[in-house]
Amino acid sequence: MSRDRASLRAQIGEAMAGVSARPGRLALTMVGEALGLAALVATVSLATTASGQVAQHFDDAAANQVLVEPEESRATRLPADAEGRVRELEGVVAAGTLSRVEVADPVRAVPVVDPQAPPDPSLPVLAASPGIFDVVDAEVAGRTYDAGHVARADAVALLGAGAARRLGIGDLSHGPAIFVGDQSLTIVGIIESVRGRGELLDSIVVPEPTATRLFGWRGVTSLQVEVAPNAAETIARQAPLAIAPANPASVVASAPPADTTLRASVQGDVSSLLVLLGVVTLVAGGVGIANIMLLSVMERIGEIGLRRALGATRGNLMTQFLVESATVGLLGGIVGTGVGFGVSMAVALGRDWTPVLDARLLAAPLAGLVVGVVAGAFPAWRAGALEPAAALRSL
Amino acid sequence: MSDVVVRLAGVCRTFPGDPPVEVLHDIDLTVTNGEFVAIVGPSGSGKSTLLNVLGLLDTPTTGSYLLDGLDTTTAGQRRRARLRAARIGFVFQSFQLLPHLSVLENASLGGLYLGMSGRSRNRRAEQLLDRVGLSHRRHARPTTLSGGERQRAAIARALVAGPSLLLADEPTGNLDTASAGSVLELFEELHADGATIVMITHDPGIAGRAGRSMRIVDGRLSA
Repeated sequence: MSRDRASLRAQIGEAMAGVSARPGRLALTMVGEALGLAALVATVSLATTASGQVAQHFDDAAANQVLVEPEESRATRLPADAEGRVRELEGVVAAGTLSRVEVADPVRAVPVVDPQAPPDPSLPVLAASPGIFDVVDAEVAGRTYDAGHVARADAVALLGAGAARRLGIGDLSHGPAIFVGDQSLTIVGIIESVRGRGELLDSIVVPEPTATRLFGWRGVTSLQVEVAPNAAETIARQAPLAIAPANPASVVASAPPADTTLRASVQGDVSSLLVLLGVVTLVAGGVGIANIMLLSVMERIGEIGLRRALGATRGNLMTQFLVESATVGLLGGIVGTGVGFGVSMAVALGRDWTPVLDARLLAAPLAGLVVGVVAGAFPAWRAGALEPAAALRSL
Repeated sequence: MSDVVVRLAGVCRTFPGDPPVEVLHDIDLTVTNGEFVAIVGPSGSGKSTLLNVLGLLDTPTTGSYLLDGLDTTTAGQRRRARLRAARIGFVFQSFQLLPHLSVLENASLGGLYLGMSGRSRNRRAEQLLDRVGLSHRRHARPTTLSGGERQRAAIARALVAGPSLLLADEPTGNLDTASAGSVLELFEELHADGATIVMITHDPGIAGRAGRSMRIVDGRLSA
């Protein structure tokens, strides 16, 4: 099979001359596609930037937490020195225990047994080490109990804000007390807010030795650990061995989902919708190019006839129009990519975000080229299929 | 090379339809090397179809056409395109110069599909623009030229590839008398230099300038 004789280079030259002959039309043809690509580039790079921000929020939030509990089938409690052992681990910022105390007696705010005032049995009692207040970043009105209270197993307690409301206790100035059965506990502080372990707000919180002395509490059932950023998974892996070296399987340590997973899922959600939008715009731009190329073929029937008369094959003409369309697509792609990056930079800077530029988007002009080729395929075929005699007749 | 450039034998061209229209009827035509033949006929006589057949833009329904001794009737579109590029130069009534190209670029298009390099095309085009007396306008746009100048540029384009046959379709149809006269003089000079020319016209006066004149009426060719 013989090859078309006109070199591809010469034909590209012809196509360039054809494209540059109508600069106004070239600009208008490019607009739709450039808009589409600009939207695509801007949305993708903004989505990347925005989810970078979202992920940062997650990094900041209380995601750096590890919860240590006994493995139910093997143990009911953690070793008494679990908190101390975990603190030894590299990457642990704070640790504290928090356990439910079984209390049979009702809780009251006053010592007098008033048969008409029903007791409030639903307030739980928790035994907690002082470390827990650091872990959950507790804001306390009054004070938390200290090492002295713990060492002496004093009858003191903290009230969660919700529990305090239910018991009608708001003023700590004259040392209010509550009663669990006939045992009085002095309230030293009210826990106003916590991050995580929200049960603290609805409970009576006592030191562990106090719980043992007064209520027969027998051991730690959960250990909350705050770790350095990105250390959660490592700590969760190391904690069981550190706490129970002889029987690590009796301890379960769980970390929240890794923030990379979290980031990826957020990114995926945000991006896919916006990308879809950009693709739709791009396709619309491609249809615009196809339209104008088809118009161009119809307008240039005379030129097509002339070129056939000068010896152009069908292939030569298809090549020429395809190259023209591809050129328009590539130029639109370059313009659109530039505009898209510009827009995403402007938005990011306007919102005080760190712009994250996805290097893969530098290939976007090639997407423009592909759009140009696809859009030009049918018009180019039409140009090649015209009968030369008919084309010349329309002069 | 054979002395005979064109040999049409029993050529008919029928356009399909209801009823089919026979535009060319049993045409025999021989044009030898260096001849200047005019084909005269009124509009609708089939002269444009005859020109398209001679120019390999249209295929006879029956009959044979040998160009430079090569059988064209069985050739595919690529081969016919290549024969057009190498052996046929067209001159149109409406010049067909591309407005976005300079005169020189337009003229050099004549060698594009022959595969000539850009440089040799430009060199040939410069020579031929010189030959038709247009080298001083070679960087001008066609739209700034007079009608006569445009047709000279188109003739230069037709000659760039060194064709065996120059086909002219009413080359003076869009020109005033003075321009038409100078273009016809150019054809006569080219003929004197040995070019083989077939010119189609409706004007018997113009046909008289050719070496041989034929008439075509209702698709039949006669001397």
